[in-house]
Amino acid sequence: MNRIVIPNPLSLIDIPVGGSARVVNILTIGANRRRLLDLGLVPGSIIEVIRRSPAGNPTAYLIKGTQIALRNEDARQILVDTN
Amino acid sequence: MIKTNSLPVHGQETTKNFVIALAGNPNVGKSTVFNRLTGLNQHTGNWPGKTVIKAEGAFSHRNRRYTLVDLPGTYSLHASSTDEQVARDFICFSRPDLTLIVCDATCLERNLNLVLQILEITDRVVLCVNLLDEAERKGIYVDTAMLSQQLGIPVVGTAARSGRGLTRLKDVLDDMVAGKIVTTPRQVVYDPELETSINELEERLTPYLPDWINSRWVALRILERDYSILDHITCTRLGSYPRQVVKEEVALCLT
Repeated sequence: MNRIVIPNPLSLIDIPVGGSARVVNILTIGANRRRLLDLGLVPGSIIEVIRRSPAGNPTAYLIKGTQIALRNEDARQILVDTN
Repeated sequence: MIKTNSLPVHGQETTKNFVIALAGNPNVGKSTVFNRLTGLNQHTGNWPGKTVIKAEGAFSHRNRRYTLVDLPGTYSLHASSTDEQVARDFICFSRPDLTLIVCDATCLERNLNLVLQILEITDRVVLCVNLLDEAERKGIYVDTAMLSQQLGIPVVGTAARSGRGLTRLKDVLDDMVAGKIVTTPRQVVYDPELETSINELEERLTPYLPDWINSRWVALRILERDYSILDHITCTRLGSYPRQVVKEEVALCLT
């Protein structure tokens, strides 16, 4: 397995509402990974954080022109950078 | 023969009923296109899972009869939900004469994932870029000729709510079933290691597969450990080959 080493990795849940970030990698495998890729979470995609639900989970994101809500458990698996 | 409203008899060219599968992402106006083409009033709305099961409608154009099957809106065909499975099974195993994919002109990029996945299954595809009116309001103009060239399939721009582009869409569907259009679908090429595995598995599987199925696609699904495909094929067409034989062939490749 290739290990990708990223200094101070940020995940999608670290991005505040109103902020945006670029997908670097997705840490899950199998069907869940496939699902996230199909929703447009591919490396290089720009994701905007739209709003959090009152309980803080899930959070709505703007992904390739469509608003999609992700559970924090899933968002935590998506590594991003903000440059 | 007396003309009636009864269903046409298969095999007779003049009365053959061409089946068109209608696929696309959720909320791209698929049901609006369906209603416009069939004159029916299927319910439209934008909540998830609206088209839970497939709806059917009929229309005629240039003396040909068509049955249009409205599939659930999906982002993918990986059968990870009921919706996706319904859509995938219909496109793959019900063998429609044509698959019409509707996509949203305002976020084309997101929609092309499904388009490429369907092009891995079948080359009998027409793409309808819908919501052109909304896109124009946002200052987005889609170069359908370039898109058609890049994808290797016919592309028609529409604004289904107002009916724009639908006559041309019907003409293109007609030209497709009449064999006037030859498609050259863009194939996704994977990295060399994966391509080697695909080819090896495809070669082993081909003798066991019915000739209408795309063996490359079956190989890809198996490499993703999606064996439900195999069950489908072995159950329906390969009575003479026990499922075990095919699974052993597959196992040889996966080691």
